[in-house]
Amino acid sequence: MTSILVARDAPPLLLHTLRLADTALVLGHRLSEWTGQAPMLEEELALANVALDLIGQARSLYAYAAELEGKGRTEDDLAYLRDAPEYRNLLIAEQPNGDFARTVLRQLLVSAFMLPYWHALTASRDETLAAVAAKAEKEVAYHLRHAGEWVIRLGDGTDESRSRMEDALDELWPFTGEMFETDESDRALIAGGFAPDPAALRPEWDATVARVFAEATLPVPQAGTWMQSGGRRGVHGEHLGHMLATMQHLPRAYPGAAW
Amino acid sequence: MTEAAMPLWEVFIRARAGLSHRHAGSVHAPDAAMALLAARDTYTRRGEGLSIWVVPSAAIAASDPADKDSLFEPTASKAYRHPTFYEVPDEVGHM
Repeated sequence: MTSILVARDAPPLLLHTLRLADTALVLGHRLSEWTGQAPMLEEELALANVALDLIGQARSLYAYAAELEGKGRTEDDLAYLRDAPEYRNLLIAEQPNGDFARTVLRQLLVSAFMLPYWHALTASRDETLAAVAAKAEKEVAYHLRHAGEWVIRLGDGTDESRSRMEDALDELWPFTGEMFETDESDRALIAGGFAPDPAALRPEWDATVARVFAEATLPVPQAGTWMQSGGRRGVHGEHLGHMLATMQHLPRAYPGAAW
Repeated sequence: MTEAAMPLWEVFIRARAGLSHRHAGSVHAPDAAMALLAARDTYTRRGEGLSIWVVPSAAIAASDPADKDSLFEPTASKAYRHPTFYEVPDEVGHM
């Protein structure tokens, strides 16, 4: 089935909605990969719950993006018929799950940003985004609590759990800078009161991460670490294409399949 | 995963204001804070709860099944203890 192009040359509000939707879907799909493989039943359910929250957020946002685009497409078209370079998610969302330590640290780093982001977005001049944000804010508050509690226990745990958490930190930290980036499209929305300025949320993110890391006895990496960038422009690492191949296989092989 | 690192917790859920907490099941968790999260994720996925209690399973003292005759049999012949001899008005609700 032919791939579709939506993000390229998209007006600011559509691009912004797609970026939020893509990050939510990609991270949600990553978490769903734990289903059947989590280290314990309780965490299997916990990760699946978080995945379902994120996929629910993505659905609302894709439905709105399809409406904004105005070409009669559906949320499923946007999720299943776009190739990796069309995806505009943050790179941290597409990073492989690795072990449980890396998965919960990734969730902490993203949730610590998304909580103040959704909170600020509830004041958006766009009523639909504000409504999605109000629902998502409550969900992400729990994601942050759950991930934070695990990072604390694994960081300040056994030699094995701490070493895994340190490896996860080395792996994921370079992907945190992208959350605070803005481009011309973002700045138009920020100036118009449609979206918050992510740079203004940095102190809250820093404080959350510092609080959790202090309890976890993990060092906060020094400022000035070289940061990865590109996901928000459609420039992805090698992993996203593989993930989408799995995620999109069924609707592409059997267009319009329903059950 | 050892039992010492991940002990068992009994989970009690209160479904609505005015009802009491009821036993829902059990979860493994490293401590009480994590047991509350695990209980939320395991037993309140369909809107079942307003409040959760978790209790270390090891802290529960249980009656011995072998004692069931001496503990429970004597009540079988005391029908007058059942509140079936008067009408409860509907407005009373849960008792």
